[in-house]
Amino acid sequence: MGQTIAEKVLAAHSGSDCAAGDIVVASVDFCMAQDGTSTMMIRELENLGFEHPKTALGMGLVLDHNAPCPSVEVARVHLRIRGFADKNRIPLYETGCGVCHQVVPESGKVLPGSLVVGADSHTCTYGALNACSTGLGSADVAAAAYAGKLWFKVPETYSIIAEGQLPDRVGAKDLMLKVIGRLTADGATYKSVEFTGASVASMGMDGRFTIANMAVEMGAKFCPFSFDEKTSSWLSERGFSAGAPVSSDPDAHFEKRFDFDAADVVPQVARPHSVDNVCDASSLRGTKVQQAFLGTCTNGRLSDLEAAARLMRGRTVNRGVRFIVAPASRTVLLDAMASGVAAQLVKAGAVFVAPGCGPCVGTHAGVPSDGENVISTANRNFKGRMGNNRDVGIFLGSPETIAASAITGEITDPREV
Amino acid sequence: MRLTGNAHRFSPDDDINTDYIISGRYKFRIDDMNELAKHVMEDIDPVFSKKVCKGDFIVAGRNFGCGSSREQAPRALKAAGVSAVLAKSFARIFYRSSFNIGLPLIECDTDSIRAGDRLTVDLDAGLVTNSVTGESIQTKSIPRTMQVLLEDGGLIEHLKKHGDFALE
Repeated sequence: MGQTIAEKVLAAHSGSDCAAGDIVVASVDFCMAQDGTSTMMIRELENLGFEHPKTALGMGLVLDHNAPCPSVEVARVHLRIRGFADKNRIPLYETGCGVCHQVVPESGKVLPGSLVVGADSHTCTYGALNACSTGLGSADVAAAAYAGKLWFKVPETYSIIAEGQLPDRVGAKDLMLKVIGRLTADGATYKSVEFTGASVASMGMDGRFTIANMAVEMGAKFCPFSFDEKTSSWLSERGFSAGAPVSSDPDAHFEKRFDFDAADVVPQVARPHSVDNVCDASSLRGTKVQQAFLGTCTNGRLSDLEAAARLMRGRTVNRGVRFIVAPASRTVLLDAMASGVAAQLVKAGAVFVAPGCGPCVGTHAGVPSDGENVISTANRNFKGRMGNNRDVGIFLGSPETIAASAITGEITDPREV
Repeated sequence: MRLTGNAHRFSPDDDINTDYIISGRYKFRIDDMNELAKHVMEDIDPVFSKKVCKGDFIVAGRNFGCGSSREQAPRALKAAGVSAVLAKSFARIFYRSSFNIGLPLIECDTDSIRAGDRLTVDLDAGLVTNSVTGESIQTKSIPRTMQVLLEDGGLIEHLKKHGDFALE
């Protein structure tokens, strides 16, 4: 019987001939934590008598969720993380470096075929690089750093095939929202999900990061993409090796298969308060928004900023809307500055905040007022997510939909502006 | 192990995410789990932390604990006195984290349990007894790996005890 990517990666890292359903102890290549999850991990590591990470490529700590620091209490948390990183000579990605899920791939710590864990649920993002990566709690990540390995249940794999090509002004985010709307919030719980088909083959790496990032919104554990010339170029342009690419065997067992026609996908929006509450953007015409947010580990990359800027060209942000942009990393910000995209967005009325998570998780940089609606490129729209649970509605969409809505002041299909 | 306490329910009770269990508004700035426990479930039941008593159960539908990986979620529930969560299914990260920190999760059909019902959960027998309705509910057995972690007092204590993973 052939093997899936998940089976191959876990087999290679556990030295066993494992198959879905088996429990294995596998070596972990890299682990990371962010400012909301590091302190619990640090406490566990100190409890274990930790000296240095035993993971092959070490670990990274990222100050992104609450950076720049909004309060004295968080300042103490950051101080503790800095102290631990200094003492143990662990790379620390400081305020303004960016969101962990952009900074970690940019640092070359995730290569094809790797097994990576992180104390952040969106760690599945690195699947775009043909890796198996997954989010875990702080204790699990502490255990991986301490032991250099961790136990895993080998997941079953779902195959999602999106043939055809996405139409103009329809992107990876729309495709993924369509998929989540069909599979639902627990439709892929504990599964590895492999996306293939013509639309995925022609999709840029930024789009693949968007899709892999949101795999956890349907419960998935891994979302490894196939390795191809796009993966190879992304790595070589940054001076990284191609790692050990892995592909599913033709006779691999997929527990379920889902087919989508990319050509049929239209701009999608997830309505409050769950990510699987998806509809066509055009059906929400007339829904006023007071804030639009472009950024996050889902859609804060250069091509996302470029897509929004293309739509904003010659237009300005509606006077009733605050349009906040948080580039996913310093590199993304520098690239957007160099290409003129950043200036274009600012001239149109956008407000740039520091590279990082921005207002996604509701602790700084754009908490909405009572009764307001927000349209956002983030991955979650739970009640209270952006820091205010008093009748705030968070709608999720693509960079193009966010830009179109910022222009009109209401939720807008980007093909209509 | 036998646990006894009252059931707490929420509406709607599917897809209760970890943001609802403990909001980002609190979890980033409060490090003390007893302080965090005062805000547990606040966004979907503002008075929950005042109602919950030591030993009580949260009873929910599908996909309990989805969303963020924040380990503060199971830790704050435990600090609030919750002795176990009963649900039709759990999200993956929350499932591992709960056993890692010593909070048992029970998968069973929860439809017949009402808020306020007095429950006894027998983890070994895999049985929930409802002393209000008299009904007994069979639970899914807890996987061996998770039983080992619970018996050892969580993942970190397991590693300290064995010096390695000893899950078989």
